[in-house]
Parts: sequence; structure tokens; C-alpha cells
Amino acid sequence: MPAVLIEDVHKSYGALEVLKGVSLAVEPGQVVALIGRSGSGKSTLLRCVNGLEAFQSGRIEVAGHAVDQDPKRLRDLRKDVGIVFQSYNLFPHLTVGQNIMLSPRITKNVPQAEALALAKDVLAQVGLSDKFDSYPDNLSGGQQQRVAIARSLAMKPKVMLFDEVTSALDPELTGEVLLVMEKLAKGGMTMLLVTHEMNFARTVASTTVFMHQGKIWESGPSAQLFAAPQTPELRNFVKAGAH
Amino acid sequence: MRYQFQFDAVFAEADRILNGVLLTIGLSFGAIVLGLALAVLLVAAKSLFGRWVGVLVDAYVELMRNTPFLVQLFMMFFGLPLIGLRMSGTEAALLAMTLNLGAYATEIIRAGVESIHRSQIEAGMSLAMTRRQVFQYVVLMPALARVWPALSSQFVLMLLASSICSFISVPELSGTAAIIEQNTFRSFETYIVVTLIYLALALSLKVSLLWLGRRIFPRLSSVDRLDAKAEAA
Amino acid sequence: MVTFGWPEAFFIFRAAGWTLLLTAIAFMIGGLMGGVLAILRLSRIKLLRRFAAGYILVIQSIPVLMVLFMSYYGLSLFGIELPPFFAASASLAIYVSAYLAEIWRGSIEAVPFQQWEASSSLAHSPAQTYRYVILPQAVRISLPPTVGFLVQLVKNTSIVSVVGFVELSRAGQLVNNATFQPFQIFTLVAAIYFAICFPLSRLSRHLEKVMNASRPH
Repeated sequence: MPAVLIEDVHKSYGALEVLKGVSLAVEPGQVVALIGRSGSGKSTLLRCVNGLEAFQSGRIEVAGHAVDQDPKRLRDLRKDVGIVFQSYNLFPHLTVGQNIMLSPRITKNVPQAEALALAKDVLAQVGLSDKFDSYPDNLSGGQQQRVAIARSLAMKPKVMLFDEVTSALDPELTGEVLLVMEKLAKGGMTMLLVTHEMNFARTVASTTVFMHQGKIWESGPSAQLFAAPQTPELRNFVKAGAH
Repeated sequence: MRYQFQFDAVFAEADRILNGVLLTIGLSFGAIVLGLALAVLLVAAKSLFGRWVGVLVDAYVELMRNTPFLVQLFMMFFGLPLIGLRMSGTEAALLAMTLNLGAYATEIIRAGVESIHRSQIEAGMSLAMTRRQVFQYVVLMPALARVWPALSSQFVLMLLASSICSFISVPELSGTAAIIEQNTFRSFETYIVVTLIYLALALSLKVSLLWLGRRIFPRLSSVDRLDAKAEAA
Repeated sequence: MVTFGWPEAFFIFRAAGWTLLLTAIAFMIGGLMGGVLAILRLSRIKLLRRFAAGYILVIQSIPVLMVLFMSYYGLSLFGIELPPFFAASASLAIYVSAYLAEIWRGSIEAVPFQQWEASSSLAHSPAQTYRYVILPQAVRISLPPTVGFLVQLVKNTSIVSVVGFVELSRAGQLVNNATFQPFQIFTLVAAIYFAICFPLSRLSRHLEKVMNASRPH
């Protein structure tokens, strides 16, 4: 049973159709990269998976939850599906540790001691144990993004979504974030990532999906897709580099 | 308990009310025009002359903003005659309103002027403009455009504050209300009519200033305007 | 004619104490009302939103003097004759509630929308989002304008003598009527107001600087 099942999804913003019948399946433990130009619909598709965007027709099922706009069902879904944003979105008034502990405590009623241990554990996983009591403003972009990943991990998700998580970072800071993501992938996490990092997609993602004008244009095993693009659009995209 | 509202007595005083409205409008417009002119002069002086002028301007602004308008009014109406400046209630009112609004406007416009980026000034200087010309053409107009919403709020506040001039028996709208109330003993009816008139005046002024802003400063998008609330505080 | 001496100055200082008390009470009651209004203003129920917006618009578009008169004479219609202090407090609280509601609503709306998304993506309910993520940030944002408004409130207490309450400005007027020494009297009165308001103004500006400094990235 796929971890993420997207079936013939259509989405429009008013008169503008941005997803024109997208179907995709992600198996448990699989890492899928979504690439494409701005406006191709890749971020919109990702945000549909955890309900941040609504879609007009089609079906999405993730981690055993059907995706609709019912608030209670969405909350249950979000306990199993984590998302990391381009602008990290850490809570600035809480320390790193408090950022990570907040949701497990208030949505899953995890007791304080257990939440503390959990937070320290995920923070160690992303290599930032010494920042437990720091505030987000005192961290670099790369560090904040790693904390954001840890915050999602603390919810013990079955699926993790990544929305261009390195695009806002200075080049020298992307490496540390990609390293963490690679570790997660090797650990068997099911991951769906929208990215501009072609190298990362090719080496870490088992499958790469190229989107163009709201449709899946090409998809297949990453190495093959990059080595031998079938369509001129993908060929041009790869040639133009990351952007 | 007086459930029988008797508005006729109030409506009978319609021309008195009209005169009150006209005086309120006159005082407000006068204060707005004079206060704005004063503010522009003070901001220019602060930016073009030395440190001490700046300190004096700051002192004036802080004094006006940290004391009540009523006390300023009393000072001018009761205090100035003692140094030989005799003036009527209306004249004192206009003076006090002008000085008060001038201080707030100075602060608002100063913030607008400071928000103009250095690079704009450097461009003007590089085009061989004098400092005065740079201020006038490159700094002042964009600054005014940016702070127009904050200035407009302040103008409306001054219109409403004109009601305080009734304390020195100026026959503007509130002063007129007091007189009518004494004559007719219909307190609630009098004040609800006057309140509604103030409401109409304030909303009209708001809309007019919005329209005026669009006409004088057409090219600046609303995104570029400094937040009215932050400046009015 | 009385001369302006220590007894008169004392009278003025005591009245200043009343000004402070009145400010505090109006601020607290008005603050509570303002909080409720801000919530109504952001409610999903159109009727509540419109009611709150209308109330705020009206109060902000009429002089404080009229708010005083309307509440004083409005209450007397129902036969309620409040003693001057309570009449003044109640009227000022109404005035305060509208302005604080606007400030606080603006503060909530100033919290970046990504914070809402991040919070709901962590499975928080709307109530949890407000309580743990949005309101803490909104409170910080609201501090400079709220303190700034407090200064306005202190100054606006100067007009409550119309409902018979003797505060600092009225005390000055009374002493002036007796002694005819306006310069000394109103300078003293102005100095007292300044001593109260100027530190608050500085605090507001300081809070604003602190807030701007801690903006992320």
C-alpha cells in the first residue's frame, strides 16, 4: 500500500488551473524528488498532500489518511505527515527546545520528561545538541532549517514533505541541511521533496518526477532521468542547471 | 425617566448649530493648513541648520506631545494676555490647534523624511543640486506621500479635538451644544445630534483626504506608505 | 484674591493622583473590553465582526468629549446617575476599548502568516495556534503602540471635568479662577503631565527599537 497516493488531482486558483490531473504513488521508504520550473505546480502539489491547499477533484491518501479539508481529520493527518518549509517558520518566541517539544506535548499529550528526551534525541539527529536553549534569531539559516526538520521529526511522522528547503539558504549552508536529509533517507523515511538541488535529487532520491505546466511531464529512476531526458522540456531544464 | 425624546427644541436651534459646524470646520482647516506649513518649515530647519535648531524643534515637539491639548489651550488663553497678547477665545483656539497639530505633523513628516534612502540624496547631490533643492524635490514630496495616511489620521484627530475648545467658551460645535443644552434642557437629544454631526464630519474628512492623497501623490503604491498606526502612536 | 501658594499646589498634586487612578482604571476595564472586541473583530461570524467594526469606527470618529456626554446622558436615561468618578471611568473605558481593540487586532494581523501555517502543520487546533504561537507574538508586537496609547489616555483624562470630576486640569482651572496666576499654575500642571507622559513615550520608543532589533534573519 503506497505511503502517498495521488490520483488525478486537479486544482485551480479561480480561473487558473495549476494542477491538471496529476497522479503519483510513493511507496513506504521511497524518496521522491519533484523538480520543475517555478509555476509548474510542484509546490502546490506538495502542499495539497498535507492539506495546506485544497484541490477541486481527484483523490489523495497519505499514511492511511484521506486528504480533505475537514479540520479534525487534517489534524490527525498532520500527526503522521511532517512538512518543512522554505522559510523554516520556527516560532521566534520559543527556544529551540521549546519549539520541538510544543506539539508533541499539546497534541499528543506526551509528558514533559518524555518530550524533553525526545527533543534532545531529534536535535542530536540533526547535529545541534548544543543549541537546545538558544532562540531561533541566534542561529544561522542552515541551523534554523535543521531545527525545523527536528521539530517535524519529533512528531514521529510516517511521511515527510520538504518544500524547497534549501532555496532560501546561502550556498555554504545548504550542505549541512542536505546531509541531514540524506541521513533521513538512508534511515528509511518516506520523503517527498520539492527541490532545485539537481545533484541531491539524482543521488539521494530513488525516483525523480519532472513537472511542467501543471502535469507530470516525465518520471522515473533518478539517475536514468537525468542522464537521458526524454522530452525537450526536461532536456532544457537540466541544461539550464538548478533553476 | 424620559422616554419621550423631544428633538424639536434642538432642531429649532438649527442655525446656531450650523454656525457651530462652520466654526469647527474653519478652525480645523485653519489648523491643518497652518500646522502643516509649520511642520514642513520645522523639518526643513532641522535638516538644513545646525544641531541646536534640531534640539529646539525636538523640545517643542516633545512638549506638545506630552501635555494635554486642554492645558496648552488654557496656557494660551489665560497666560498670553499677561504678556500683552490679548486674544479672543477663537484666536487662542486656532493658535493652540496650530501649534499642537504642528508638533504631531513635524514628528510624522520627520519620520517620512528619514525613511528616504541615502542613495536618493546622493543621486540628487551628484546632479549638482544644492542641499535645499535636494530636500525640496527629492526628499519632501516622496516623504509626504509615504506619510499621508498617518498625517490624515492626525488631521481627523485634530478635527475631533476642536471640541475641547468649548472649555474656553468658543462657540464651535461642542460649545454650541453646551449653550443649546442650557437653553432647552434636552441633554441627550442635543448631544446625540451633535455626535452624529461629528461622525459625519470625521468620515467626510477621512474620505476627502484619501481622495486628495490619490490626486496629489498618484504614483506611489499603497505598499510604500508608512503604517498610519505606528506613526500616530 | 488668593495667592498661589503651597496649599494650592498641594491641591493640584492631589488631583494629579486622581488623574493617575482614573487612567489606571479606565485602562484596565477598557483593556478587557478591548480584548473582547478584538476577538469579535476577528470572529468568523459576520454579524459579530460587523458589530465590533461598527462600534470601533463610531468611537474613533467622534470626540472623546462626546463619548463622555453620550455615556453619561445615555445612562441617565435609564435612571442611572453615576457619581462623577465612576461616570468618568466608564466613559473613558468605552473610549479605550475601541482604540485598544484596533491596536490589538492590528498586532494579531502583523504576525507573519507562515506562523499560522507552521502551527497548523504541526497538528495544532486553532485554539492551540492562538494560545501557543500567535498570541505570544502578537502581545510583543502590541507593546509599543499600547504604551503609546496610554500616553493619549493620560492626556484625555483632562476633559472629564464635564461630568463633574475634579482631576489635574480642572484643579488647575479652579486654582486659576481663585488666584489669576495662569503662568505659574498651568506650567505646574503641564510639568506634572509631562513628568507622567514623557517617560511613557520614551518607553514606547524604546520598546519599538527592541522589537525591530530582534526581527529574524
